Amino acid sequence: MALSKEGIAQRIAKEIKDGYYVNLGIGIPTLVANYIPKGINVVLQSENGLLGMGPFPYEGEEDADLINAGKQTITTLPGSVIFDSAMSFGMIRAQKIDLTILGAMEVSENGDIANWKIPGKMVKGMGGAMDLVASAKNIIVAMQHVNKAGESKLLPECTLPLTGVKCIKKIVTELAVLEVLPEGGFKLLERAPGVSVDFIRNATAGKLYADDDVPEMVID
Amino acid sequence: MYDAFFFGNLGAKHTIMINKVVADADVAIADITDGKTLMLGGFGLCGIPENCITSLVKKGVKELTCISNNAGVDDFGIGLMLQGKQVKKMIASYVGENAEFERQLLSGELEVELIPQGTLATRCLAAGYGMPAIFTPAGVGTEVAEGKEVRNFKGKDYLMEYAFDADFAIVKAWKGDTAGNLIFRSTSRNFNPIMAMAGKITIAEVEELVEVGELDPDHIHTPGIYVHRIFQGKNYEKRIEQRTVRSKT
Repeated sequence: MALSKEGIAQRIAKEIKDGYYVNLGIGIPTLVANYIPKGINVVLQSENGLLGMGPFPYEGEEDADLINAGKQTITTLPGSVIFDSAMSFGMIRAQKIDLTILGAMEVSENGDIANWKIPGKMVKGMGGAMDLVASAKNIIVAMQHVNKAGESKLLPECTLPLTGVKCIKKIVTELAVLEVLPEGGFKLLERAPGVSVDFIRNATAGKLYADDDVPEMVID
Repeated sequence: MYDAFFFGNLGAKHTIMINKVVADADVAIADITDGKTLMLGGFGLCGIPENCITSLVKKGVKELTCISNNAGVDDFGIGLMLQGKQVKKMIASYVGENAEFERQLLSGELEVELIPQGTLATRCLAAGYGMPAIFTPAGVGTEVAEGKEVRNFKGKDYLMEYAFDADFAIVKAWKGDTAGNLIFRSTSRNFNPIMAMAGKITIAEVEELVEVGELDPDHIHTPGIYVHRIFQGKNYEKRIEQRTVRSKT
């Protein structure tokens, strides 16, 4: 069975290690915060200028001056720190962030990503995504395997304007966990429970490499 | 006074007398005329210079180039200036919250340059630090790189991006003193201190204006040398874009 958005977030949360500084993008990546395993200490970065993002405030305690990169009201934690946006992207560029998790519209088999613009239709801008993908040492893309029209989002080449080139190494979708191989192509690492390799192959427009025995994801 | 100060008579009581205070937003922006380039602090609606935006809308200056991370929402922030067709060109990183912006962009009424958020921030920083350009990997291999110089350092490509050259920077701080020293609060700091450093003329509106000596020098974020005009703002709305809460149960 294909995973829900929460399921994708839950699977990605298993990639987070103790002591990580993590940047979570908007959408499914934000949900990852809900599934960080107990006993794992992580610091969440919000690129508007905060390390140590805490949960949403209690009703009535919202502070207009304290928001995350998704413009949501949040809280700080003991040990949190505030800084300006230049320092925020300074620590991103200097690769101080251990893991970046973000959404995508398309990923190509050589690791290109497109997630900021649909020409003539949608012009929202890249925000911090181009900075994050250009500098991050470890990026996981969280996305649906196919778009609303049923077309694969894992492609031989991206059709939309790029956010970054050759930067994505791992993708988690509702169907699979995939690695982008250095020589190009998607390597199937794990299947969603009950989803066949053939089903994943059909949903993947780019080259897919799968061993004979691809394990199912384990989600607690 | 200064003679005594400079010649080592440190026992004499000396106070920084430079006074940057102006009456209000109308006075602060009085010399902003058509066609100027403005930087406006804030991230989303957090930490935006509400009073100065209101005055700019009232004054009706046009053909402005605005540099700001976002373009406000339809009925608040820079969105108000867009409604008045005051903006010729917008330089921003994310504009997804503003339908009027998207309409003017797609219809060609508004010129827009979308740039990566870190590039935007660092081009401000470069201006404030007196550096003509920076190198960043953000945007390499994308349409952001079109027409830009690419340099390779240690095997990785970087784009050369120029420091901003803005006529005015307009920022919002939490506290400021009469000499223009500023302290920001929480994540409303965002682009404000780096834009404050980057304007040829910097205007700061603050929630609380205090006398010199009341701010701890160790706690000041923006040295007053970067600030040319300061005033205490009023009637802050501080609108929240995404009110997200949890219940106590």
